[in-house]
Amino acid sequence: MSLFIEIKRGLNLKLIGEAEKTIQDLPIADVFAIKPNDFTGLHPKLLVKVGDTVLAGTPLFYNKNNEAIIVSSPVSGEVIEILRGDKRVILEIKILADREIKYASFPKSKPNDLNREEIIEKLLNSGAWPFIRQRPYGCIANPSENPKSIFISAFDSSPLAPDNDFIMSGKEIDFQTGLDVLKKLTDGKIHLNVQHKTTPASIFSNAKSVQINKISGPHPAGNIGVQIHHIDPINKGEAVWCINPQDVLILGKLFNEGLFDATRTIALTGSQVNTPKYYKTIVGCSIKNILADGGLKKEENRIISGTILTGSKIPEDGFLGFYDSQITVIPEGNHSEFMGWLTPGLNKFSLSRTFFSWLTPNKKYDMDTNLHGEERPFVMTGEYEKVFPMDIYPVQLLKSILIEDIDMMEKLGIYEVVEEDFALCELVCTSKIKSQEIIRQGLDIIRKEFS
Amino acid sequence: MKQLSKLLNNLRPNFEKGGKLEKLYPAFNAIETFLFVPDHTTASKGAHVRDAIDLKRTMILVVLSLVPCLLFGMWNVGYQHHLALGLMETSITDNFIFGAIKVLPLVLVSYGAGLTAEFIFAIIRKHTINEGFLVSGMLIPLVMPVDVPLWMVAISTIFAVVIGKEVFGGTGMNIMNPALIARAFLFFAYPSKMSGDQVWINTSLGKGQTLVDAYSGATPLGNAAAGLAEKIPGTLESFIGAIPGSIGETSTIACLLGAALLLYTGIGSWRIMSSVFVGGFLMALIFNFFGLNTLMQITPLHHLVLGGFAFGAIFMATDPVSAAQTNTGKYIYGFLIGMFAIMFRVFNPAYPEGMMLAILFMNVMAPLIDHYVVEANINRRLKRIQ
Repeated sequence: MSLFIEIKRGLNLKLIGEAEKTIQDLPIADVFAIKPNDFTGLHPKLLVKVGDTVLAGTPLFYNKNNEAIIVSSPVSGEVIEILRGDKRVILEIKILADREIKYASFPKSKPNDLNREEIIEKLLNSGAWPFIRQRPYGCIANPSENPKSIFISAFDSSPLAPDNDFIMSGKEIDFQTGLDVLKKLTDGKIHLNVQHKTTPASIFSNAKSVQINKISGPHPAGNIGVQIHHIDPINKGEAVWCINPQDVLILGKLFNEGLFDATRTIALTGSQVNTPKYYKTIVGCSIKNILADGGLKKEENRIISGTILTGSKIPEDGFLGFYDSQITVIPEGNHSEFMGWLTPGLNKFSLSRTFFSWLTPNKKYDMDTNLHGEERPFVMTGEYEKVFPMDIYPVQLLKSILIEDIDMMEKLGIYEVVEEDFALCELVCTSKIKSQEIIRQGLDIIRKEFS
Repeated sequence: MKQLSKLLNNLRPNFEKGGKLEKLYPAFNAIETFLFVPDHTTASKGAHVRDAIDLKRTMILVVLSLVPCLLFGMWNVGYQHHLALGLMETSITDNFIFGAIKVLPLVLVSYGAGLTAEFIFAIIRKHTINEGFLVSGMLIPLVMPVDVPLWMVAISTIFAVVIGKEVFGGTGMNIMNPALIARAFLFFAYPSKMSGDQVWINTSLGKGQTLVDAYSGATPLGNAAAGLAEKIPGTLESFIGAIPGSIGETSTIACLLGAALLLYTGIGSWRIMSSVFVGGFLMALIFNFFGLNTLMQITPLHHLVLGGFAFGAIFMATDPVSAAQTNTGKYIYGFLIGMFAIMFRVFNPAYPEGMMLAILFMNVMAPLIDHYVVEANINRRLKRIQ
């Protein structure tokens, strides 16, 4: 069985700086870092100290709240620094990488020969488990739960997103093994959601033991939350797991070759990049060499690990986020504009037709990080609904979080959303409300309440 | 521009924490952000780019959409005045100039009084000054009769800002439309200046001028309520709007021009606007069926172009803060406004202008409508668990 879902509401933000379809293979970066903050709600307890040598697949830390979950080193080398922030919170665990990666060895096996417990154990021990995340909350999946289904979104619809059809081609074997692994983890279905188009990529359309659903429509059609909502919505007490398609390959390799190979192809994008293209790298890599290769315009730039709508700002010598497959570089907008709210605005993006940019609907924008106004209380209505394709009332949900009404949050569907689902709402908001931050607050409140 | 920006930067320390004029910071901030869209950037996590729209842009476009009503209103004030004096030959320019002299003071007083109240409140409550009043300040004079004394405009505006809005927490928190609160305040506090047949047309006489014979200053709805069917202007005439009434409300054409701008830019809610007209049309149609008095006999289309119906539907009912907030709720909210407006007109001759009361009433009911719409959503979610 296969479903066809048509997403009607949403927005494709057209931006300058799409990655050209060539993959650059740079020499391995000098330094790698794992950032515990990439993992929602995880409290790290270190297993290594500065000076230790690690292999790719050696545990770096585990989660104090759920000790089975460990995060491993993506490369071999020496732990050179443990960067701490306020209250000694661990921010980064930095590893000086070997020129040639040495892998910790795990037994090769066929997923079908193992039972569920053995598979979970293998994933946990190797450090591949954290790639599997769950809804609600968007945190690392809880291995003691049995999800009602597992979702994989084969396409990323967000602005300037990498093209998975391109990245994944030729990796059918590892992908299928990865799917077989996932199949063992749930009694329900594996939903592989592909973009509805005329020429589907064979790696996805030929995948076995999954239900392939076709999704059409604008962003956020590729968001896992939207897909879950339309295919198998989450109710209180239920869990759905999800994983990025590239990370399925990591699971596959672990079983096929017995190594934890966190290789990832990422896209360097954005209007400030001279030659935006794809790079083959490893999770947690330093982005210094990649930025140098792509070339940045000499202005004040914002470098984002992740998409322009949901990513995190990182410094120029920062590190790729654990779940990110994209680096976006855009100009900072820290300059004021005289009577900016009165200008015709031919180059200003707006969902409304309040600026004359509506004359050029296909124009690609070069957007900076200016907020274009000050934060205000909710005034305009009906705005969020235009870009929020779920049967959830976004403003009402946000308001219930602001007043910390847990009962109402549950009723209004907080279990079905995470930050990224509100990214477009945040983008188009006239009142400049930080809805993603509010949603995270709400999820934290609920987690605390039930933990 | 650079010098201006420098000047503001030099002044800023005085208004910031620890500065001499720290208390006046909201006022400084309002002026500064009015002149320059600030250099604020997005947070380090979340959406790194934002839509160019902000409340200033939104509000200024609403003000712009009111300009046709304002200009037509000015002309009509002059036209009605000269008509009452029997000076039929007066040129468009003279009519317009006469009207502008009468109307602009009202606009200035409304903005002056309202903004003063806003600034004082912002300083006391230490919150930023919100752009909402830019629109209210324009709406208030447009829903007043031309002969209303200026001090009444000032009082009603201050009442609307303070009691109608600021006590609830400012723009975004108010329950009812502030501009309509100003009008309702005057309507009930000084009925002689807000209703009847003496206030709608300026009849100040110059030397040697007299009113024409059989002059009546009543609005069409006033005449209708009095059963004077022959004195009601025709549908087309009312549509164009050269008839007595509140300054900005008489011309449906001017209102529709504003509506076009609001709808095209996406600021006004087409759901509310259209459902108000549908609700009013159906109600009038039902009354036609009975036809017991003059107001019941007015055809549906005619009802929609008379009085403040179109103006209310387009500019008042669509106020996003006081209207229903859910899309489904907006249809119900608008539909009921249309129905009640006609119903008030027909059944209560004391208030021939039912639109104001209908909107205020539905402002109060809007949260209830939303409540049931949201409740339905909650039930849908609960039904999934079998």
